[in-house]
Amino acid sequence: MTASASAAGPAGVRRRLSAFLFRRRRLKLSLLLLPPLGWIVVVYIAALAVLLLTSLWVEDELSGRILHTFTLDNFRQLWDDPTNRTITRNTLGMAIAVTITDALLAFPLAYYMVRLASPRMRALLFVGVLMPLWSSYLIKAYTWRLITAYDGPLNWALGKIGLGPYHIAYSYTAMWLAFSYMWLPYMVLPVYAALERVPASFLEASSDLGGRAWITFRKVIWPLALPGIAAGSIFTFSLTLGDYVLPDLVGGNNHDFIGNVIFRFQGVAQNVPYAAAFACVPVVIVIAYLMLMKRLGAFEAL
Amino acid sequence: MEPRAVRVGLRAASTVVMLFLYLPLAVIVLQAFSASKIPGWPIGDYSTRWFRLAWNDHFARTAFENSVTVGLRASALALVLGSCVAFALSRFRFFGQNTVSLLFVLPIALPGIVTGLALLSTIDYLGITPSLWTVVAGHATFCIVVVFNNVVARLRRTSTSLEEASMDLGADGWQTFRHITLPSIATALVAGGLLAFALSFDEVVVTLFTAGSQQTLPLWIYNQFRLPNTAAEVNAVAVFVIALTAIPVYLAQRLMRDTGGIPGR
Repeated sequence: MTASASAAGPAGVRRRLSAFLFRRRRLKLSLLLLPPLGWIVVVYIAALAVLLLTSLWVEDELSGRILHTFTLDNFRQLWDDPTNRTITRNTLGMAIAVTITDALLAFPLAYYMVRLASPRMRALLFVGVLMPLWSSYLIKAYTWRLITAYDGPLNWALGKIGLGPYHIAYSYTAMWLAFSYMWLPYMVLPVYAALERVPASFLEASSDLGGRAWITFRKVIWPLALPGIAAGSIFTFSLTLGDYVLPDLVGGNNHDFIGNVIFRFQGVAQNVPYAAAFACVPVVIVIAYLMLMKRLGAFEAL
Repeated sequence: MEPRAVRVGLRAASTVVMLFLYLPLAVIVLQAFSASKIPGWPIGDYSTRWFRLAWNDHFARTAFENSVTVGLRASALALVLGSCVAFALSRFRFFGQNTVSLLFVLPIALPGIVTGLALLSTIDYLGITPSLWTVVAGHATFCIVVVFNNVVARLRRTSTSLEEASMDLGADGWQTFRHITLPSIATALVAGGLLAFALSFDEVVVTLFTAGSQQTLPLWIYNQFRLPNTAAEVNAVAVFVIALTAIPVYLAQRLMRDTGGIPGR
Protein backbone atom coordinates (compact mmCIF):
# COMPACT_ATOMS: atom_id res chain seq x y z
CA MET A 1 0.00 0.00 0.00
CA THR A 2 2.67 2.50 1.07
CA ALA A 3 5.00 1.66 -1.81
CA SER A 4 2.37 2.10 -4.47
CA ALA A 5 0.94 5.18 -2.80
CA SER A 6 4.19 7.02 -3.42
CA ALA A 7 4.28 6.02 -7.10
CA ALA A 8 4.30 8.96 -9.47
CA GLY A 9 1.76 9.75 -12.22
CA PRO A 10 -2.05 9.87 -12.32
CA ALA A 11 -2.35 6.29 -11.00
CA GLY A 12 -0.42 7.36 -7.89
CA VAL A 13 -2.68 10.36 -7.33
CA ARG A 14 -5.74 8.18 -7.78
CA ARG A 15 -4.35 5.63 -5.35
CA ARG A 16 -3.57 8.26 -2.75
CA LEU A 17 -7.04 9.74 -3.18
CA SER A 18 -8.58 6.30 -2.87
CA ALA A 19 -6.62 5.53 0.30
CA PHE A 20 -7.50 8.95 1.66
CA LEU A 21 -11.20 8.32 1.12
CA PHE A 22 -10.93 4.79 2.46
CA ARG A 23 -9.69 6.13 5.77
CA ARG A 24 -12.32 8.87 5.89
CA ARG A 25 -15.67 7.08 5.65
CA ARG A 26 -17.52 10.18 6.80
CA LEU A 27 -16.13 12.19 3.91
CA LYS A 28 -17.00 9.44 1.44
CA LEU A 29 -20.53 9.32 2.82
CA SER A 30 -20.86 13.09 2.50
CA LEU A 31 -19.67 13.00 -1.10
CA LEU A 32 -22.22 10.27 -1.86
CA LEU A 33 -25.10 11.99 -0.13
CA LEU A 34 -24.44 15.56 -1.18
CA PRO A 35 -25.62 15.43 -4.83
CA PRO A 36 -28.91 13.53 -4.27
CA LEU A 37 -29.76 15.33 -1.03
CA GLY A 38 -28.89 18.66 -2.61
CA TRP A 39 -31.17 17.83 -5.54
CA ILE A 40 -34.13 16.71 -3.46
CA VAL A 41 -33.84 19.66 -1.08
CA VAL A 42 -33.36 22.30 -3.78
CA VAL A 43 -35.85 20.97 -6.34
CA TYR A 44 -38.45 19.32 -4.14
CA ILE A 45 -38.40 20.35 -0.48
CA ALA A 46 -37.80 23.99 -1.41
CA ALA A 47 -40.69 23.75 -3.89
CA LEU A 48 -42.96 22.41 -1.15
CA ALA A 49 -41.86 25.29 1.06
CA VAL A 50 -42.67 27.77 -1.71
CA LEU A 51 -46.07 26.08 -2.07
CA LEU A 52 -46.73 26.51 1.63
CA LEU A 53 -45.62 30.15 1.49
CA THR A 54 -47.80 30.76 -1.56
CA SER A 55 -50.82 29.41 0.30
CA LEU A 56 -50.29 32.16 2.90
CA TRP A 57 -50.03 34.87 0.29
CA VAL A 58 -53.02 36.40 -1.35
CA GLU A 59 -53.98 37.37 -4.85
CA ASP A 60 -54.88 40.97 -5.49
CA GLU A 61 -58.32 40.81 -7.06
CA LEU A 62 -57.86 43.83 -9.30
CA SER A 63 -54.41 43.28 -10.73
CA GLY A 64 -54.24 39.50 -10.40
CA ARG A 65 -50.76 39.90 -8.90
CA ILE A 66 -49.71 37.85 -5.91
CA LEU A 67 -49.23 40.02 -2.82
CA HIS A 68 -46.51 38.77 -0.49
CA THR A 69 -48.38 39.51 2.73
CA PHE A 70 -49.01 36.69 5.14
CA THR A 71 -52.62 35.90 5.83
CA LEU A 72 -54.83 32.91 6.56
CA ASP A 73 -57.56 34.29 4.29
CA ASN A 74 -57.22 31.48 1.73
CA PHE A 75 -57.73 28.83 4.38
CA ARG A 76 -60.67 30.71 5.89
CA GLN A 77 -62.26 31.06 2.47
CA LEU A 78 -61.61 27.38 1.81
CA TRP A 79 -63.24 26.33 5.06
CA ASP A 80 -66.25 28.60 4.63
CA ASP A 81 -67.20 27.18 1.25
CA PRO A 82 -69.39 24.10 1.83
CA THR A 83 -68.74 22.77 -1.71
CA ASN A 84 -65.10 22.29 -0.77
CA ARG A 85 -66.11 20.09 2.13
CA THR A 86 -68.39 18.02 -0.12
CA ILE A 87 -65.61 17.64 -2.69
CA THR A 88 -63.10 16.63 -0.03
CA ARG A 89 -65.56 14.09 1.36
CA ASN A 90 -66.28 12.65 -2.10
CA THR A 91 -62.58 12.40 -2.95
CA LEU A 92 -61.79 10.76 0.37
CA GLY A 93 -64.73 8.37 0.00
CA MET A 94 -63.54 7.34 -3.46
CA ALA A 95 -59.97 6.79 -2.23
CA ILE A 96 -61.28 4.50 0.53
CA ALA A 97 -63.69 2.63 -1.78
CA VAL A 98 -60.95 2.05 -4.37
CA THR A 99 -58.52 0.87 -1.70
CA ILE A 100 -61.01 -1.66 -0.31
CA THR A 101 -61.96 -2.88 -3.80
CA ASP A 102 -58.34 -3.36 -4.82
CA ALA A 103 -57.52 -5.20 -1.58
CA LEU A 104 -60.46 -7.55 -2.22
CA LEU A 105 -59.38 -8.17 -5.82
CA ALA A 106 -55.65 -8.40 -5.13
CA PHE A 107 -55.78 -10.84 -2.22
CA PRO A 108 -57.17 -13.93 -4.02
CA LEU A 109 -54.89 -13.37 -7.02
CA ALA A 110 -51.79 -12.89 -4.86
CA TYR A 111 -52.71 -15.91 -2.75
CA TYR A 112 -53.24 -18.02 -5.86
CA MET A 113 -49.85 -16.90 -7.22
CA VAL A 114 -47.99 -17.75 -4.01
CA ARG A 115 -49.64 -20.98 -2.91
CA LEU A 116 -51.31 -22.66 -5.89
CA ALA A 117 -49.73 -21.59 -9.17
CA SER A 118 -46.89 -23.56 -10.75
CA PRO A 119 -43.57 -21.66 -10.93
CA ARG A 120 -44.09 -21.06 -14.64
CA MET A 121 -47.62 -19.79 -14.12
CA ARG A 122 -46.45 -17.63 -11.23
CA ALA A 123 -43.80 -15.92 -13.37
CA LEU A 124 -46.35 -15.41 -16.14
CA LEU A 125 -48.92 -13.88 -13.78
CA PHE A 126 -46.26 -11.68 -12.20
CA VAL A 127 -45.28 -10.09 -15.51
CA GLY A 128 -48.97 -10.12 -16.46
CA VAL A 129 -49.85 -7.97 -13.44
CA LEU A 130 -46.97 -5.58 -14.08
CA MET A 131 -47.54 -5.01 -17.79
CA PRO A 132 -50.77 -2.95 -17.62
CA LEU A 133 -48.99 -0.66 -15.16
CA TRP A 134 -46.71 0.49 -17.93
CA SER A 135 -49.23 1.03 -20.68
CA SER A 136 -50.25 4.64 -21.03
CA TYR A 137 -52.23 5.92 -18.05
CA LEU A 138 -54.14 8.46 -20.17
CA ILE A 139 -55.24 5.90 -22.71
CA LYS A 140 -56.41 3.52 -19.99
CA ALA A 141 -58.45 6.28 -18.37
CA TYR A 142 -59.92 7.28 -21.71
CA THR A 143 -60.77 3.67 -22.51
CA TRP A 144 -62.91 3.51 -19.37
CA ARG A 145 -64.88 6.41 -20.76
CA LEU A 146 -65.51 4.33 -23.88
CA ILE A 147 -66.19 1.16 -21.89
CA THR A 148 -68.74 2.81 -19.63
CA ALA A 149 -70.49 4.72 -22.42
CA TYR A 150 -74.20 3.95 -22.76
CA ASP A 151 -73.65 2.06 -26.03
CA GLY A 152 -70.18 0.89 -24.98
CA PRO A 153 -68.68 -2.58 -24.44
CA LEU A 154 -69.81 -2.91 -20.80
CA ASN A 155 -73.51 -2.47 -21.49
CA TRP A 156 -73.10 -4.59 -24.63
CA ALA A 157 -71.61 -7.45 -22.56
CA LEU A 158 -74.22 -7.05 -19.81
CA GLY A 159 -76.92 -7.12 -22.49
CA LYS A 160 -75.61 -10.50 -23.64
CA ILE A 161 -76.39 -11.96 -20.23
CA GLY A 162 -79.72 -10.16 -20.05
CA LEU A 163 -78.79 -7.22 -17.82
CA GLY A 164 -78.85 -3.46 -18.23
CA PRO A 165 -78.33 -1.22 -20.02
CA TYR A 166 -77.21 1.04 -17.18
CA HIS A 167 -76.41 4.73 -17.18
CA ILE A 168 -72.96 4.59 -15.67
CA ALA A 169 -71.17 6.94 -18.06
CA TYR A 170 -69.78 10.03 -16.29
CA SER A 171 -70.72 8.78 -12.82
CA TYR A 172 -68.98 7.88 -9.57
CA THR A 173 -69.51 4.23 -10.50
CA ALA A 174 -67.55 4.71 -13.72
CA MET A 175 -64.78 6.47 -11.82
CA TRP A 176 -64.75 3.78 -9.15
CA LEU A 177 -64.32 1.06 -11.81
CA ALA A 178 -61.62 3.02 -13.63
CA PHE A 179 -59.67 3.88 -10.46
CA SER A 180 -59.85 0.31 -9.16
CA TYR A 181 -58.57 -0.89 -12.51
CA MET A 182 -55.83 1.70 -12.66
CA TRP A 183 -54.16 1.05 -9.29
CA LEU A 184 -54.82 -2.70 -8.90
CA PRO A 185 -51.24 -3.78 -9.79
CA TYR A 186 -49.88 -1.51 -7.03
CA MET A 187 -51.91 -3.56 -4.53
CA VAL A 188 -51.17 -7.02 -5.95
CA LEU A 189 -47.38 -6.70 -5.76
CA PRO A 190 -46.94 -5.88 -2.03
CA VAL A 191 -49.67 -8.36 -1.02
CA TYR A 192 -47.86 -11.01 -3.07
CA ALA A 193 -44.56 -10.13 -1.39
CA ALA A 194 -46.16 -10.31 2.08
CA LEU A 195 -47.85 -13.67 1.42
CA GLU A 196 -44.64 -15.08 -0.04
CA ARG A 197 -42.98 -14.50 3.32
CA VAL A 198 -45.56 -16.63 5.16
CA PRO A 199 -43.77 -19.97 5.68
CA ALA A 200 -45.80 -22.96 4.52
CA SER A 201 -44.94 -24.60 7.85
CA PHE A 202 -47.08 -22.01 9.67
CA LEU A 203 -50.14 -23.10 7.71
CA GLU A 204 -49.36 -26.78 8.30
CA ALA A 205 -48.84 -26.16 12.00
CA SER A 206 -52.16 -24.38 12.19
CA SER A 207 -54.04 -27.24 10.53
CA ASP A 208 -52.12 -29.86 12.54
CA LEU A 209 -53.27 -28.12 15.67
CA GLY A 210 -56.84 -28.47 14.45
CA GLY A 211 -57.31 -25.01 12.93
CA ARG A 212 -59.99 -25.01 10.25
CA ALA A 213 -59.30 -23.14 7.01
CA TRP A 214 -61.15 -20.08 8.29
CA ILE A 215 -59.28 -20.04 11.61
CA THR A 216 -55.95 -20.42 9.79
CA PHE A 217 -56.89 -17.52 7.56
CA ARG A 218 -57.92 -15.27 10.43
CA LYS A 219 -55.17 -16.13 12.90
CA VAL A 220 -52.20 -16.80 10.62
CA ILE A 221 -52.58 -15.52 7.06
CA TRP A 222 -54.48 -12.29 7.65
CA PRO A 223 -52.15 -10.80 10.30
CA LEU A 224 -49.12 -11.61 8.15
CA ALA A 225 -50.73 -10.25 4.96
CA LEU A 226 -51.88 -7.02 6.61
CA PRO A 227 -48.57 -5.11 6.24
CA GLY A 228 -48.63 -5.93 2.52
CA ILE A 229 -52.17 -4.65 2.14
CA ALA A 230 -51.23 -1.54 4.12
CA ALA A 231 -48.24 -0.97 1.82
CA GLY A 232 -50.38 -1.38 -1.30
CA SER A 233 -53.07 0.87 0.11
CA ILE A 234 -50.59 3.75 0.30
CA PHE A 235 -50.53 3.72 -3.50
CA THR A 236 -54.23 3.11 -4.13
CA PHE A 237 -55.24 5.72 -1.55
CA SER A 238 -52.79 8.46 -2.35
CA LEU A 239 -52.93 8.05 -6.13
CA THR A 240 -56.74 8.30 -6.08
CA LEU A 241 -56.68 11.25 -3.71
CA GLY A 242 -54.42 13.37 -5.90
CA ASP A 243 -55.75 12.51 -9.33
CA TYR A 244 -57.53 15.02 -11.53
CA VAL A 245 -56.99 13.60 -15.00
CA LEU A 246 -59.13 10.51 -14.53
CA PRO A 247 -62.04 12.43 -12.92
CA ASP A 248 -61.83 14.80 -15.88
CA LEU A 249 -61.83 12.04 -18.51
CA VAL A 250 -64.11 9.46 -16.89
CA GLY A 251 -66.17 11.54 -14.46
CA GLY A 252 -67.03 14.37 -16.80
CA ASN A 253 -67.86 17.86 -15.64
CA ASN A 254 -70.07 17.23 -12.63
CA HIS A 255 -67.83 15.08 -10.48
CA ASP A 256 -65.09 17.29 -9.14
CA PHE A 257 -62.23 15.93 -7.07
CA ILE A 258 -59.86 17.97 -4.93
CA GLY A 259 -57.35 17.82 -7.80
CA ASN A 260 -59.78 19.27 -10.34
CA VAL A 261 -60.55 22.26 -8.14
CA ILE A 262 -56.85 22.88 -7.53
CA PHE A 263 -56.11 22.57 -11.23
CA ARG A 264 -58.89 24.96 -12.16
CA PHE A 265 -57.88 27.58 -9.61
CA GLN A 266 -54.33 27.41 -10.82
CA GLY A 267 -55.14 27.37 -14.54
CA VAL A 268 -58.44 29.04 -15.34
CA ALA A 269 -58.82 31.33 -12.33
CA GLN A 270 -55.06 32.00 -12.04
CA ASN A 271 -55.45 32.14 -8.26
CA VAL A 272 -52.35 30.14 -7.34
CA PRO A 273 -52.44 31.08 -3.60
CA TYR A 274 -55.94 29.63 -3.25
CA ALA A 275 -54.94 26.51 -5.21
CA ALA A 276 -51.88 26.16 -2.96
CA ALA A 277 -54.05 26.38 0.14
CA PHE A 278 -56.36 23.67 -1.16
CA ALA A 279 -53.32 21.52 -2.06
CA CYS A 280 -52.49 21.41 1.65
CA VAL A 281 -55.65 19.33 2.22
CA PRO A 282 -54.47 16.18 0.36
CA VAL A 283 -50.98 16.65 1.83
CA VAL A 284 -52.35 16.59 5.37
CA ILE A 285 -54.61 13.61 4.59
CA VAL A 286 -51.78 11.63 2.95
CA ILE A 287 -49.34 12.34 5.81
CA ALA A 288 -51.96 11.23 8.35
CA TYR A 289 -52.60 8.12 6.25
CA LEU A 290 -48.88 7.34 5.97
CA MET A 291 -48.50 7.55 9.74
CA LEU A 292 -51.46 5.24 10.23
CA MET A 293 -50.08 2.72 7.75
CA LYS A 294 -46.62 2.90 9.31
CA ARG A 295 -48.18 1.55 12.51
CA LEU A 296 -49.54 -1.42 10.52
CA GLY A 297 -46.00 -2.17 9.32
CA ALA A 298 -46.50 -0.91 5.78
CA PHE A 299 -42.97 0.46 5.38
CA GLU A 300 -41.31 -2.86 6.16
CA ALA A 301 -43.50 -4.47 3.46
CA LEU A 302 -42.84 -1.95 0.69
CA MET B 1 -53.07 -27.79 1.30
CA GLU B 2 -56.18 -25.67 0.99
CA PRO B 3 -59.59 -27.38 0.78
CA ARG B 4 -60.78 -28.14 -2.75
CA ALA B 5 -63.58 -25.57 -2.70
CA VAL B 6 -61.11 -22.85 -1.68
CA ARG B 7 -58.73 -23.82 -4.47
CA VAL B 8 -61.46 -23.73 -7.12
CA GLY B 9 -62.71 -20.42 -5.78
CA LEU B 10 -59.23 -18.88 -5.83
CA ARG B 11 -58.59 -20.03 -9.37
CA ALA B 12 -61.91 -18.56 -10.53
CA ALA B 13 -61.29 -15.27 -8.71
CA SER B 14 -57.78 -14.99 -10.18
CA THR B 15 -59.13 -15.56 -13.68
CA VAL B 16 -61.72 -12.82 -13.19
CA VAL B 17 -59.09 -10.38 -11.88
CA MET B 18 -56.75 -11.07 -14.80
CA LEU B 19 -59.64 -10.56 -17.23
CA PHE B 20 -60.40 -7.27 -15.48
CA LEU B 21 -56.78 -6.24 -16.10
CA TYR B 22 -56.63 -7.26 -19.74
CA LEU B 23 -60.08 -6.74 -21.30
CA PRO B 24 -59.74 -2.91 -21.26
CA LEU B 25 -56.37 -3.24 -23.03
CA ALA B 26 -58.10 -5.42 -25.62
CA VAL B 27 -60.70 -2.69 -26.09
CA ILE B 28 -57.92 -0.16 -26.81
CA VAL B 29 -56.35 -2.41 -29.44
CA LEU B 30 -59.69 -3.19 -31.10
CA GLN B 31 -60.70 0.48 -31.17
CA ALA B 32 -57.41 1.38 -32.83
CA PHE B 33 -58.25 -0.92 -35.72
CA SER B 34 -61.83 0.28 -36.01
CA ALA B 35 -62.59 1.94 -39.33
CA SER B 36 -65.15 4.26 -37.78
CA LYS B 37 -64.29 7.80 -36.76
CA ILE B 38 -66.64 7.73 -33.79
CA PRO B 39 -65.90 5.15 -31.10
CA GLY B 40 -68.76 2.64 -31.06
CA TRP B 41 -69.40 -0.89 -29.97
CA PRO B 42 -69.40 -3.53 -31.36
CA ILE B 43 -66.88 -2.56 -34.01
CA GLY B 44 -68.19 -2.86 -37.56
CA ASP B 45 -65.29 -2.56 -39.98
CA TYR B 46 -61.60 -2.83 -39.34
CA SER B 47 -58.87 -0.75 -40.92
CA THR B 48 -55.31 0.42 -40.39
CA ARG B 49 -55.97 3.98 -41.57
CA TRP B 50 -55.49 5.47 -38.06
CA PHE B 51 -52.03 4.00 -37.84
CA ARG B 52 -51.11 5.60 -41.15
CA LEU B 53 -52.60 8.91 -40.05
CA ALA B 54 -50.79 8.85 -36.70
CA TRP B 55 -47.50 7.87 -38.31
CA ASN B 56 -47.63 10.90 -40.61
CA ASP B 57 -48.83 13.31 -37.90
CA HIS B 58 -46.05 15.86 -37.49
CA PHE B 59 -47.22 17.04 -34.05
CA ALA B 60 -47.51 13.51 -32.68
CA ARG B 61 -44.02 12.78 -33.94
CA THR B 62 -42.48 15.88 -32.35
CA ALA B 63 -44.27 15.12 -29.08
CA PHE B 64 -42.93 11.58 -29.22
CA GLU B 65 -39.38 12.84 -29.77
CA ASN B 66 -39.74 15.29 -26.88
CA SER B 67 -40.90 12.48 -24.63
CA VAL B 68 -37.88 10.38 -25.55
CA THR B 69 -35.54 13.32 -24.88
CA VAL B 70 -37.13 14.04 -21.50
CA GLY B 71 -37.17 10.35 -20.57
CA LEU B 72 -33.47 9.90 -21.40
CA ARG B 73 -32.38 13.01 -19.51
CA ALA B 74 -34.58 12.31 -16.48
CA SER B 75 -33.53 8.67 -16.19
CA ALA B 76 -29.84 9.57 -16.60
CA LEU B 77 -30.13 12.07 -13.74
CA ALA B 78 -32.14 9.62 -11.66
CA LEU B 79 -29.54 6.89 -12.27
CA VAL B 80 -26.69 8.98 -10.88
CA LEU B 81 -28.62 10.41 -7.94
CA GLY B 82 -30.49 7.20 -7.11
CA SER B 83 -27.31 5.10 -7.09
CA CYS B 84 -25.60 7.59 -4.76
CA VAL B 85 -28.47 7.29 -2.26
CA ALA B 86 -28.50 3.51 -2.60
CA PHE B 87 -24.78 3.28 -1.80
CA ALA B 88 -25.01 5.74 1.07
CA LEU B 89 -27.95 3.95 2.66
CA SER B 90 -26.76 0.37 2.22
CA ARG B 91 -23.02 0.72 2.84
CA PHE B 92 -23.09 3.22 5.72
CA ARG B 93 -24.84 3.61 9.04
CA PHE B 94 -25.59 7.16 10.01
CA PHE B 95 -27.94 9.37 11.96
CA GLY B 96 -31.16 10.25 10.16
CA GLN B 97 -31.00 7.33 7.75
CA ASN B 98 -34.77 6.76 7.83
CA THR B 99 -35.45 10.44 7.23
CA VAL B 100 -33.23 10.38 4.15
CA SER B 101 -35.05 7.40 2.65
CA LEU B 102 -38.42 9.02 3.45
CA LEU B 103 -37.30 12.20 1.63
CA PHE B 104 -36.85 10.28 -1.60
CA VAL B 105 -40.13 8.38 -1.29
CA LEU B 106 -42.04 11.62 -0.71
CA PRO B 107 -42.26 12.70 -4.37
CA ILE B 108 -44.26 9.58 -5.25
CA ALA B 109 -46.11 9.30 -1.93
CA LEU B 110 -47.54 12.82 -2.11
CA PRO B 111 -50.25 13.35 -4.74
CA GLY B 112 -48.93 14.34 -8.17
CA ILE B 113 -51.00 17.49 -8.16
CA VAL B 114 -49.11 18.70 -5.07
CA THR B 115 -45.73 18.02 -6.66
CA GLY B 116 -46.90 19.70 -9.86
CA LEU B 117 -48.29 22.78 -8.15
CA ALA B 118 -45.22 23.08 -5.90
CA LEU B 119 -42.91 23.01 -8.91
CA LEU B 120 -45.12 25.51 -10.75
CA SER B 121 -45.14 27.92 -7.80
CA THR B 122 -41.35 27.71 -7.67
CA ILE B 123 -41.00 28.23 -11.42
CA ASP B 124 -43.25 31.30 -11.10
CA TYR B 125 -41.46 32.54 -8.01
CA LEU B 126 -38.00 32.27 -9.54
CA GLY B 127 -39.17 33.57 -12.91
CA ILE B 128 -37.86 30.55 -14.84
CA THR B 129 -39.28 29.97 -18.33
CA PRO B 130 -40.84 26.50 -18.44
CA SER B 131 -39.15 24.25 -20.98
CA LEU B 132 -38.30 20.61 -21.47
CA TRP B 133 -35.66 21.08 -18.77
CA THR B 134 -38.24 22.00 -16.12
CA VAL B 135 -40.10 18.84 -17.11
CA VAL B 136 -36.85 16.87 -16.76
CA ALA B 137 -36.27 18.29 -13.28
CA GLY B 138 -39.76 17.24 -12.18
CA HIS B 139 -39.48 13.77 -13.66
CA ALA B 140 -35.99 13.10 -12.31
CA THR B 141 -37.24 13.92 -8.81
CA PHE B 142 -39.78 11.12 -8.69
CA CYS B 143 -37.64 8.73 -10.78
CA ILE B 144 -34.82 8.72 -8.19
CA VAL B 145 -36.78 6.37 -5.95
CA VAL B 146 -37.25 3.79 -8.75
CA VAL B 147 -33.51 3.56 -9.38
CA PHE B 148 -32.82 3.65 -5.65
CA ASN B 149 -35.20 0.71 -5.00
CA ASN B 150 -33.58 -1.45 -7.66
CA VAL B 151 -29.97 -0.70 -6.74
CA VAL B 152 -30.51 -0.94 -2.98
CA ALA B 153 -32.18 -4.35 -3.38
CA ARG B 154 -29.12 -5.57 -5.29
CA LEU B 155 -26.59 -4.05 -2.86
CA ARG B 156 -28.29 -5.68 0.11
CA ARG B 157 -27.90 -9.07 -1.57
CA THR B 158 -24.26 -8.69 -2.59
CA SER B 159 -21.83 -9.04 0.27
CA THR B 160 -18.93 -6.64 0.65
CA SER B 161 -16.43 -9.49 0.93
CA LEU B 162 -15.56 -9.38 -2.79
CA GLU B 163 -14.82 -5.67 -2.54
CA GLU B 164 -12.71 -6.23 0.56
CA ALA B 165 -10.81 -9.03 -1.17
CA SER B 166 -10.16 -6.73 -4.13
CA MET B 167 -8.80 -4.01 -1.84
CA ASP B 168 -6.69 -6.54 0.07
CA LEU B 169 -5.17 -7.68 -3.21
CA GLY B 170 -4.02 -4.14 -3.87
CA ALA B 171 -6.71 -2.66 -6.09
CA ASP B 172 -7.54 0.96 -5.39
CA GLY B 173 -11.07 2.27 -4.79
CA TRP B 174 -11.68 3.10 -8.44
CA GLN B 175 -10.42 -0.27 -9.71
CA THR B 176 -12.56 -2.08 -7.16
CA PHE B 177 -15.58 -0.06 -8.20
CA ARG B 178 -14.90 -0.55 -11.90
CA HIS B 179 -14.17 -4.28 -11.83
CA ILE B 180 -16.11 -5.59 -8.83
CA THR B 181 -18.93 -3.31 -7.71
CA LEU B 182 -20.13 -2.03 -11.08
CA PRO B 183 -20.49 -5.45 -12.76
CA SER B 184 -22.42 -6.76 -9.77
CA ILE B 185 -24.98 -3.93 -9.89
CA ALA B 186 -24.99 -3.40 -13.69
CA THR B 187 -28.27 -5.19 -14.40
CA ALA B 188 -29.96 -3.45 -11.46
CA LEU B 189 -28.86 -0.11 -12.95
CA VAL B 190 -30.22 -1.02 -16.37
CA ALA B 191 -33.51 -2.23 -14.90
CA GLY B 192 -33.86 0.89 -12.73
CA GLY B 193 -33.03 3.11 -15.67
CA LEU B 194 -35.58 1.41 -17.92
CA LEU B 195 -38.33 1.68 -15.32
CA ALA B 196 -37.46 5.33 -14.70
CA PHE B 197 -37.67 5.95 -18.43
CA ALA B 198 -41.04 4.23 -18.70
CA LEU B 199 -42.35 6.24 -15.72
CA SER B 200 -41.20 9.52 -17.23
CA PHE B 201 -42.46 8.63 -20.69
CA ASP B 202 -46.02 8.18 -19.40
CA GLU B 203 -46.22 10.99 -16.84
CA VAL B 204 -48.93 13.60 -17.29
CA VAL B 205 -50.00 15.01 -13.91
CA VAL B 206 -46.72 16.73 -13.02
CA THR B 207 -45.87 17.43 -16.66
CA LEU B 208 -49.01 19.53 -17.18
CA PHE B 209 -47.72 21.96 -14.55
CA THR B 210 -44.07 22.10 -15.56
CA ALA B 211 -44.17 22.06 -19.36
CA GLY B 212 -43.70 25.12 -21.50
CA SER B 213 -44.71 25.34 -25.14
CA GLN B 214 -43.09 22.03 -26.08
CA GLN B 215 -45.41 19.08 -25.67
CA THR B 216 -44.57 15.60 -24.52
CA LEU B 217 -46.53 12.67 -25.93
CA PRO B 218 -48.94 12.38 -22.95
CA LEU B 219 -49.67 16.12 -23.22
CA TRP B 220 -50.39 15.71 -26.94
CA ILE B 221 -52.73 12.81 -26.17
CA TYR B 222 -54.49 14.78 -23.42
CA ASN B 223 -55.06 17.69 -25.77
CA GLN B 224 -56.39 15.37 -28.46
CA PHE B 225 -59.07 14.13 -26.07
CA ARG B 226 -60.44 17.66 -25.88
CA LEU B 227 -60.89 17.83 -29.64
CA PRO B 228 -63.79 16.07 -31.37
CA ASN B 229 -63.30 12.84 -33.32
CA THR B 230 -59.64 12.30 -32.59
CA ALA B 231 -60.03 9.23 -30.38
CA ALA B 232 -59.31 6.79 -33.20
CA GLU B 233 -55.93 8.30 -34.04
CA VAL B 234 -55.02 8.50 -30.34
CA ASN B 235 -55.86 4.82 -29.96
CA ALA B 236 -53.48 3.99 -32.79
CA VAL B 237 -50.72 6.01 -31.07
CA ALA B 238 -51.58 4.24 -27.81
CA VAL B 239 -51.18 0.78 -29.30
CA PHE B 240 -47.84 1.83 -30.77
CA VAL B 241 -46.71 3.19 -27.39
CA ILE B 242 -47.94 0.13 -25.48
CA ALA B 243 -45.96 -2.10 -27.81
CA LEU B 244 -42.94 0.15 -27.37
CA THR B 245 -43.02 0.44 -23.54
CA ALA B 246 -43.65 -3.28 -23.23
CA ILE B 247 -40.12 -3.89 -24.50
CA PRO B 248 -38.15 -1.96 -21.82
CA VAL B 249 -40.43 -3.24 -19.05
CA TYR B 250 -40.05 -6.82 -20.23
CA LEU B 251 -36.26 -6.38 -20.36
CA ALA B 252 -36.24 -4.82 -16.88
CA GLN B 253 -38.17 -7.80 -15.55
CA ARG B 254 -35.72 -10.27 -17.03
CA LEU B 255 -32.75 -8.34 -15.69
CA MET B 256 -34.16 -8.12 -12.17
CA ARG B 257 -34.87 -11.82 -12.00
CA ASP B 258 -31.48 -12.69 -10.57
CA THR B 259 -31.91 -10.03 -7.88
CA GLY B 260 -34.79 -11.96 -6.42
CA GLY B 261 -38.18 -10.53 -5.60
CA ILE B 262 -39.38 -11.89 -8.90
CA PRO B 263 -40.30 -15.55 -9.01
CA GLY B 264 -39.62 -18.15 -11.67
CA ARG B 265 -35.89 -18.01 -11.97
